[in-house]
Amino acid sequence: MPRYFTEDHEWIDVEGDVGTVGITDYAQSQLGDITYVELPSEGTDVTKGDSVSVVDSVKAASDVYTPVSGSVTAANAALADEPELVNTDAEETGWLYRIAISDSSELEPLMDRKAYDAYVAGL
Amino acid sequence: MSESLSNDNGFSEEPQEPALLPLDAWHRARGARMVEFAGYMMPVQYTGEGGGIIAEHLWTREQAGLFDVSHMGQLEFSGEGVAAALETLLPGEISALKPGRQRYSLLLDDNGGILDDLMIANRDGDYYMVVNGATKWDDIGHLREHLPDEITMNHLDEHALLALQGPKAAEAFARLDVRPESSDTPALLDLKFMQAGAYLWNDKPLGISRSGYTGEDGFEISVRSEDVVALADALAALPEVRPIGLGARDSLRLEAGLPLYGHELSPETDPVAADLGFAISKRRRAEGGFMGADKVLALLAEGAPRKRVGLALEGRMAAREGATVHLGARMIGTVTSGGFSPSLQHPIAMAYVDADLATDGTALEIEMRGKRLPARVVSMPFVPHRYYR
Repeated sequence: MPRYFTEDHEWIDVEGDVGTVGITDYAQSQLGDITYVELPSEGTDVTKGDSVSVVDSVKAASDVYTPVSGSVTAANAALADEPELVNTDAEETGWLYRIAISDSSELEPLMDRKAYDAYVAGL
Repeated sequence: MSESLSNDNGFSEEPQEPALLPLDAWHRARGARMVEFAGYMMPVQYTGEGGGIIAEHLWTREQAGLFDVSHMGQLEFSGEGVAAALETLLPGEISALKPGRQRYSLLLDDNGGILDDLMIANRDGDYYMVVNGATKWDDIGHLREHLPDEITMNHLDEHALLALQGPKAAEAFARLDVRPESSDTPALLDLKFMQAGAYLWNDKPLGISRSGYTGEDGFEISVRSEDVVALADALAALPEVRPIGLGARDSLRLEAGLPLYGHELSPETDPVAADLGFAISKRRRAEGGFMGADKVLALLAEGAPRKRVGLALEGRMAAREGATVHLGARMIGTVTSGGFSPSLQHPIAMAYVDADLATDGTALEIEMRGKRLPARVVSMPFVPHRYYR
């Protein structure tokens, strides 16, 4: 299953036309302790670059921008009680939402793991 | 993603030639994440075992935290009539402050607006003042302009400032061989909240006060820059002590209900609205004679239209600085600081609200990102103070 990354530190796993979106481990390490995650509602139509989720840390609130356009099909309900999953497992069980991708060509400019790691190393 | 929505601690990740403090390398060696704050690189939190804002916060509430606050301005005043001269600028009764005593005070402008908040201690007839890092240069200019020539102001810019805070601070600190410099200064453990004195540790002079910015018992320690690494090493080697960053310093002071300059306090706020009336001494209320007195005394008599209050929020979404406070259709105030309380496990905030609604228990709403978060006015501190009196 291919995984893509954005310069804003979101990741998206793509399986068919469904994507699973989260923030990267680098992003969570920069944010520090996460205390609340505001998630998009199922059925919400979103456009690439929209702020669709907000991750609250002790320090500040941070926007999560959707890497692709589409319709939200699910949000990670486990984060309601355990927002710290985004700290402990950002790139697996700490996922944020699933999205039915409306235009898969929007994935093309995104980075793969190797390119993202190089991007982070240069920050 | 980006931290565009709010960043209410004044941290900036893009420093413009910030200055380095004497403990800079010490923090970095301990895994600190350094950010620019008040013109200096400062540790916002530490990484690794025990690091992170919540862990550092809770450690300070249970054990003892070591804070580097060397960015703050340390000033010393001396000269004939120094107390009276300071009273022309500060609303406190400085002339009644006995040697070895410290109190909280303010610098006010002509209009009663708050230029800074500060601590002032009587050091055997000289006065030692600690002001905020971000405002110290403006403070120095203001003091220089308004104090008479016969008063000498010395900026102790070759001194660092540490704070050791928490319920285990005293027992830990007492294991270092810290002795009073003179016989009329109390032993370290006999020093009470808001007392201060001159001490020696390994022949190194320390100016110690029993005070802090966390609501816990603890000490603030002025130490020569050349001695601060040795002192920080000795303190951090104590099993109860861990270094704590600015992030937890902010969440601790918020729980303690303590205002932060640039957030709760500014030239647009006054001591009455800020609920700092205790800093205006009784004689000063009767006599005035300090900068901004006309306005402040009128506000004391009539009340301020808005008042600083504490808010407890339901749910987990934090309110942030700048969020508006509402009662139904009426906009009644603005949040000045807000965040998740690690001790209470729910979000808390400070806000200025219309004075008629500033009473405990008032239910209201905070607007955050298009949502209305239910909250109520609660008395501060949110977490009880545990000062050693």
